[in-house]
Amino acid sequence: MARLTDFSEAERKHHLEKIRDLPDFGCTPYVPGPPLHERRVAIVTTSGVHVRGDRPFDIGAADYRVVPGDTPAGNLLMSHVSVNFDRSGFQEDVNVVFPFDRLHELKAEGVVGSISDFHYSFMGAAPIRALEPKARELASLLKKDRVDAVLLTPV
Amino acid sequence: MGALGHYIEREGVATAQISLIREQTAAIRPPRALWVPFMLGRPFGAPNEPDFQRSVLRALLSLFERPSGPVLEDFSKDAPAAAAQEEGFACPVSFVPVTAGGRGLARAMWEEIAQLATWYSLARKRRGRTTVGVFGATVADAARHVASYVDGAPDAPPVAGWSAGMAVKRACDDVKAYYYEAVAAQPGNLAAKAVEDWFWRETAAAKAFLAIRDICLKSDDESLKPLGKLSLIPRFVTDELNRAQQEQHTT
Repeated sequence: MARLTDFSEAERKHHLEKIRDLPDFGCTPYVPGPPLHERRVAIVTTSGVHVRGDRPFDIGAADYRVVPGDTPAGNLLMSHVSVNFDRSGFQEDVNVVFPFDRLHELKAEGVVGSISDFHYSFMGAAPIRALEPKARELASLLKKDRVDAVLLTPV
Repeated sequence: MGALGHYIEREGVATAQISLIREQTAAIRPPRALWVPFMLGRPFGAPNEPDFQRSVLRALLSLFERPSGPVLEDFSKDAPAAAAQEEGFACPVSFVPVTAGGRGLARAMWEEIAQLATWYSLARKRRGRTTVGVFGATVADAARHVASYVDGAPDAPPVAGWSAGMAVKRACDDVKAYYYEAVAAQPGNLAAKAVEDWFWRETAAAKAFLAIRDICLKSDDESLKPLGKLSLIPRFVTDELNRAQQEQHTT
């Protein structure tokens, strides 16, 4: 249902205004890599998911939380500040937002080479430019972990 | 989301993202993106649909095999709807229409929470988990905080460093999660939109949230003001309220 034509007029207006406010990112970087079946994959979500007991996200938070790969689904919470997206899917099945189980199944099939032991979560409602320092910091961590395929999943 | 693709890939790590709003992604031009036609909040389509979720994930991963970019491809299949999903439904727990404010409103919310308790326990048992717990250990912790606002004597945030705004926001989120999880345990496969409409149109909890929104909008507390504008009540509800007010003015 995430077609702009399916939204209410006010919702459509909100999303179109966001497009007008986007900064210019200039040229798009494009990093080559090995074949998919040799790649090491990590998930970076902007869903505001975090481990139970970790700090919930504040309004405007531009930092991230670490989600260890062995975190049981029952220990995942969501503290995204927006109320304008569905949470019932996540409540029913974390894989609809954070596809842990599906990724492990594809790893078992040999589709990807390996899966990082660590995944990460931002909150998508943060100001775009404010995300850059922590995103760069995170990229450094990912490189140390030899991750060469990051899956970015929004809500 | 597209911004993270730029920032991370600039540092030398390849990324591929799900896009939920194609127009925004096309404007940002991230390295690799797969647009999906699913509702906001469900980037992999639908819960408990492993085959479908896998097909989305495969399509996303396949973007790493494109020789050059930026890439923006479309995933054209709609998410499967649960069998016999009901667009409208009558909640087996019938709540008395709430007209009271203040203590009456808080009391009505507590009654609803008690009536939903069995359903919530069933949901928690079936799923083996709950997403209640951002504010405190139980929904009662959160409901007490919500009620303190409605009663006109807001409790202090329970955790040092939490602003008043974030505390009441997290309390509202836990109460809402409790209602959503409880109603999902009831018979019938309820569409997400039906649950959303039920919560916002029929429950005392939603009316309590609307009362808190009004408190936030009038507050001098800088942590409460933005909450009242953006982060307590969904746009579809505030749009309806605004339209109703406009119609009242014109008649």
